[in-house]
Amino acid sequence: MQLTQRRKMVSNKTLSFSERLYLPAILGGMFTTFKHLFKSKPTIKYPEQKRPMAPVYRGQHVLKRDDEGAERCTACGMCAVACPAEAITMESAERKKGEEHLYREEKYAQTYEINMLRCIFCGLCEEACPKEAIFLTDRLVSTDFDRNPFIYGKDKLVEPIDERVDVSKRQTPEVLEFKKRPGLKHNTTALSKLHSTTNA
Amino acid sequence: MKVTIDGISLDVPQGTTILQAARMIGPEVAPPTMCYYSKLKTSGGYCRTCIVKVTKGSNQNPNPIPKPVASCRTEVLDGMEVQNVTSSEVLEARKGVVEFLLINHPLDCPVCDQAGECHLQDLGYGHGAASSRYEFKRREYEMIDIGPHIKLHMNRCILCYRCVKTAEQITNGRVHGVMHRGDAAEISTYIEQALENDFSGNVIDVCPVGALTDKTYRFKQRVWFTKPMDAHRNCKTCSGQVRLWLKGEQVVRVTRAKMPGMKWSPLFAIHADLIIKKHRIGLLKVPLKFNGIRLYHKTITST
Repeated sequence: MQLTQRRKMVSNKTLSFSERLYLPAILGGMFTTFKHLFKSKPTIKYPEQKRPMAPVYRGQHVLKRDDEGAERCTACGMCAVACPAEAITMESAERKKGEEHLYREEKYAQTYEINMLRCIFCGLCEEACPKEAIFLTDRLVSTDFDRNPFIYGKDKLVEPIDERVDVSKRQTPEVLEFKKRPGLKHNTTALSKLHSTTNA
Repeated sequence: MKVTIDGISLDVPQGTTILQAARMIGPEVAPPTMCYYSKLKTSGGYCRTCIVKVTKGSNQNPNPIPKPVASCRTEVLDGMEVQNVTSSEVLEARKGVVEFLLINHPLDCPVCDQAGECHLQDLGYGHGAASSRYEFKRREYEMIDIGPHIKLHMNRCILCYRCVKTAEQITNGRVHGVMHRGDAAEISTYIEQALENDFSGNVIDVCPVGALTDKTYRFKQRVWFTKPMDAHRNCKTCSGQVRLWLKGEQVVRVTRAKMPGMKWSPLFAIHADLIIKKHRIGLLKVPLKFNGIRLYHKTITST
């Protein structure tokens, strides 16, 4: 029975004199090696040099803040439901008075954890999010020797207020069009109240 | 009396409404309802979600009724023929009703505790358009605490009157109702008076939207992450039919277990499926397991 087409017949043919010298074979091998010196290198010096990434690369997640700096996530759990790897867990809490500048809605995520070892970076959480809060970015999840550091909490996921993460390339024209509609703006009253009190 | 709904015929006693007859046939022909609640007297007739088309009035007068009728308030006549989902006119009209219901609804489902078991969410998903055409400011109210355990979020209210009628019919001397009229109408306790009655917690369960929510459950969990478990608690005042909502082994919420066919009345609360405040709060503290031994399953006996 023949399983593959790679079968070769083996013969016990003795080598000729020139073959027994091995010199032509050695020189041939040296030539191949030498030839590679003049070829362009396929590798790069990684940490100093980086390859270009696709603008829609799905890497480490970010929890976005809105223009006023308040967290957009309202812990609705849609991402956790959508997640096929069950990597997301969260706990919600109620916003107290005076925290309107921190959280956009009356409910917010007290804890929000993504297990990066479970995550398959499919981007379904981003698709499910009704608040435009979670996005995948072109940042890589850093390596570690331990498992625990791969459970990313809010400290690693929420974008720093002064170092915003640009996700504009991941937003489709449909999403941008959706945001333009005035009827769909959330929590405008709470913020306008806050501004009116601070101005007065 | 013979009535035909969506091509399915049924014999019903006199005085049955079209909606009740449709529910007897089954959920596939029963029109959706928002304000109608079978256990309440004089409920229904506010939301117009249950409209159907009557293509043949009766055997005596076979003319069709020209406009869609509210099936919860229209009694069947002998030989009546009704179209619900088979009529595109009804579906189109219902879509309009949904749009009206959603005009002032804040659509804050990601925040709302009712999401996942909200009738309006189901209705909007099934019959509404994907987007709203309404671009004006929605009416807005401050949140009110009705008593220590109920939160009223008037923005979400669709004025179905279910809670008002519940409070009216199961308690004596109600303290909450609807104030003002038309667009300004709002559910209110008179001068913010708390609902003190032992049975007042049941208004949370009858609310079809997230206007009346349980404060003990507020923002604790999303409904779809919890598992329901029916249990029974011996009680002298109420039926003790409770539904425990579990997250893992922890009871995060207690509601009334729905028992079909039970009559509501303040005198016979034990025979209804109502539960008192004590269970709603008290059962939250009862652990499901103690030292690895399951304390109760399906049945809880009072201690």
